[in-house]
Amino acid sequence: MIERDVTVTNRAGIHARPAALIVQTAGKYDSKIMFQKDGEEINAKSIMGIITLGAAYNSVISIRAEGSDEQEAIDALATLFDNRFEED
Amino acid sequence: MKSFTVLDLLDLDLKEHDALDLHCIGGRPGLTREIRVPDINRPGLALSGFFDSFGDDRIQLFGRGETAFLRKLEETGNTEVLELFFRYQLPCVLFTHGLDPTPRFFEMAESSQCPVLKTDLASSEFSSRLMRALSNVFASVETIHGVLAEVFGIGVLILGDSGVGKSETALELVERGHRLVADDAVEIRCIAGNILLGQGANKALGHHMEIRGLGIINITHLFGVGAIRQSKQIQLVVELEYWDSNKQYDRIGAEENYKEILGVKVPVLEIPVKAGRNIPIIIETAARNERLKKMGYYSAREFNQSVLKWLESENARSTYFRNRHEG
Repeated sequence: MIERDVTVTNRAGIHARPAALIVQTAGKYDSKIMFQKDGEEINAKSIMGIITLGAAYNSVISIRAEGSDEQEAIDALATLFDNRFEED
Repeated sequence: MKSFTVLDLLDLDLKEHDALDLHCIGGRPGLTREIRVPDINRPGLALSGFFDSFGDDRIQLFGRGETAFLRKLEETGNTEVLELFFRYQLPCVLFTHGLDPTPRFFEMAESSQCPVLKTDLASSEFSSRLMRALSNVFASVETIHGVLAEVFGIGVLILGDSGVGKSETALELVERGHRLVADDAVEIRCIAGNILLGQGANKALGHHMEIRGLGIINITHLFGVGAIRQSKQIQLVVELEYWDSNKQYDRIGAEENYKEILGVKVPVLEIPVKAGRNIPIIIETAARNERLKKMGYYSAREFNQSVLKWLESENARSTYFRNRHEG
């Protein structure tokens, strides 16, 4: 199992479009991927779960992945966050 | 758990027989003080100068007796004890019956930045409401990935991997007249030690659902308010999983399996999913069966009882005929 903290850097926070991107990316991997914020943990393959986290600008999310392709999964997701979901 | 402050207590949105009817009349800078213990203290002993085992981490409740005592203290000028009292970092002081604090007491509360709250409710009624509210706040909470629906009055928590069809099953249940409590992220809290109450993890977002191919839909608008529910006790857990032909599934159902959530045992059913199996109807039937069980009727056990009785009578009959034949 590996874990990494990421910060939401796009102004609008995680709304529907970024959430869809996350789910699509997470869905490509077999690993179990969870997002954690303020003690709440949700499945990263569920769009409603991610939106429900209410991750606004600058909030920190800890990503946990467990499975055969955990490293690739976490790298791909962290890249999404680093690229601000291609928003500003 | 996030910290729970006095301000959060004032902000609790409780209605009718749960309402606390609280307002702050002084010591506002202290509203950020944290309430760590879900309990109250009647500070009678402390006011009389006895501070051993003083419950200073609790909300200090002043009813008629305590307030009358305060008045007496101030009339006789014995206010040193109040200084000792306010040296503790109390979460807040609270007056019931719509009583006002005495002037000296109020000044000291202000200067030590201890919030002063007031309610019109009577002490006993207020304490039971407050305990109820605080036990909800301090209840252990867990957020689970699943769907919670009310089916024939039974709270059914549907679990399973992403894409197994939880939301689609819930949609069909709603279509068949049942109610959706929460889709996807279900916040479960343990109340009174043995009740699991589930609700949507985010109230602000309302009853939405994601259906593959449709996107996000609003259940309240599509099906009406009759199709939703704010919260529901979890009485049955259904685990959906892809059909595994190597796995043994329960064929009789005479034995109960339980799943433990927050230390509470809930009956659980493992239901294999494959094309052609109508999962909503299976869940409906499971809910009906659960209600029968609550009434004391266990279909599988009663069936087996009948089988045993029948076998016994068959045995008796064949023995009788054999004996006659031989006799």
